[in-house]
Amino acid sequence: MIEGYNFAYLDEQTKRMIRRALLKAVAIPGYQVPFASREMPLPYGWGTGGIQVTAAIVGRSDVLKVIDQGADDTTNAVSIRRLFANTTDVATTERTQDATIIQTRHRIPETPLREGQIMVFQVPIPEPLRWLEPREAETRRMHAHADYSVMHVKLYEDVARYGHIATGYDYPVVVDGRYLMKPSPIPKFDNPKLDRSPALMLFGAGREKRIYAVPPYTAVRSLDFEDHPFRIEKWDESCALCGATDSFLDEIVVDDRNKRMFVCSDSDYCQTRRAHGHGPATDSQEAAE
Amino acid sequence: MSASSDEPILRVEGLRKNYGSRAVCDGISFDLWPGEVLAVVGESGAGKTSLLKCLSGQTPIDAGHAFYRNAKGREIDIAASDETLLKRLQRTEWGLIHQNPRDGLRFGVSAGANVGERLMALGARHYGNIRHEAGDWLQRLEISGDRIDDLPSKFSGGMQQRLQIARNLVTKPRLVFMDEPTGGLDVSVQARLLDLLRVLVRDLGLAAVLVTHDLAVARLLGDRLLVMKDGKAVELGLVDQVLDDPQTPYAQLLVSSVLQI
Repeated sequence: MIEGYNFAYLDEQTKRMIRRALLKAVAIPGYQVPFASREMPLPYGWGTGGIQVTAAIVGRSDVLKVIDQGADDTTNAVSIRRLFANTTDVATTERTQDATIIQTRHRIPETPLREGQIMVFQVPIPEPLRWLEPREAETRRMHAHADYSVMHVKLYEDVARYGHIATGYDYPVVVDGRYLMKPSPIPKFDNPKLDRSPALMLFGAGREKRIYAVPPYTAVRSLDFEDHPFRIEKWDESCALCGATDSFLDEIVVDDRNKRMFVCSDSDYCQTRRAHGHGPATDSQEAAE
Repeated sequence: MSASSDEPILRVEGLRKNYGSRAVCDGISFDLWPGEVLAVVGESGAGKTSLLKCLSGQTPIDAGHAFYRNAKGREIDIAASDETLLKRLQRTEWGLIHQNPRDGLRFGVSAGANVGERLMALGARHYGNIRHEAGDWLQRLEISGDRIDDLPSKFSGGMQQRLQIARNLVTKPRLVFMDEPTGGLDVSVQARLLDLLRVLVRDLGLAAVLVTHDLAVARLLGDRLLVMKDGKAVELGLVDQVLDDPQTPYAQLLVSSVLQI
């Protein structure tokens, strides 16, 4: 543990301020609570909101997992995990089921979450209506009146232009039948995992200075049309390492001859499956050779 | 005639709107009946648009009352209603047509989406039906069906204005507020639009408050005429009566100042 810093980097008053915002966010599911976001020792867009939320809630007995695009071993995840290891001495893990706090960017782990776990999302742009209505005062008014028809206008445009709802990530949801929410840029594949999840979901946007939350077992509905219902992504391939067919797959270009492979985006899920003896499906093995 | 026709759809009593210490609307009173078009005329700065904004809930009323009788026959005081209720009325029972189509349309999305928005605001969630209805309304306003996926910015000024009207009428409002609907259009386009509006207003039995500075528009569309000057109503009567036989000096001046060709 590094000397000279307060526990979890932020000072106690800042953490209290963030906790107050978090309590309000949990009390009003999906509502964006303004908070006095601090300067963090890394640029905006690298997870300043998520780090502040994690710093405010982490305790000495917590076990922390940090993922970036589903992986535990990418630069951002490694750095944030080390920041908390250095300033709190809490245990860190890569195993989803062992973690009590999971800070994430872009993914929800494949392993089902359980009660007592907290997901912390790093959010770049919290306002779901931002690209549809540029005025902040107006978007707040729209939230107040639950005036969300413009979001459906966007989905209508998708269908009119592409024949289907082409929004793939940050797919808009309505929380608890009231607030329209951006689920941070997770793929729509993960949207069903938000719905009535036993874990607490906290969202922190550092630059935009907003915190919002989905409490455990809260209904989260993805917007859609009756004749164009919400659907998650599907792949023809299975994971080239563990053979999983039920996880979110990343497509990776492996050489300069356009050869590709599909692997689980959730590295912990993939490793756990391999440790249990799962391997690539036979046909994808042939394809890889 | 339905029972609701026996009662005015809009009852305005002593409405006042101040900007600072200056009253831009002062003691305006009138009744508007179902199916009736009230034209409000007057020179620039007479308070016409402010009156319209007050009545349509876009800006608070400072004194007086404006009672709107809703579809269920209940009177709602616009001056005392909260924003949520007014917003709901704006997207259900009212229509609002701006002079500049840019104020009333979403330029970033297609014509179909513009018309469909109000349907979706009312809870329509079936893409096929929304699109079908949007197409119908575009055709009623003489916009061909194959333009449904075009952006409004690709439309001419007259088409944009017709699109704005389609967007408002698609949910069959009971009361429409029009602010210079033909302003900024050239004369032939204006004539076509007026013709179309006249047919629609009669077909749908709309009640409307029409703000214009063009007496010809008032003559063509209006049933009754309210002449405003410096925030006050100087004359109120049947359109033909006021235009053919104006009683007050200001109305006489206004009528006589129309250019004759």
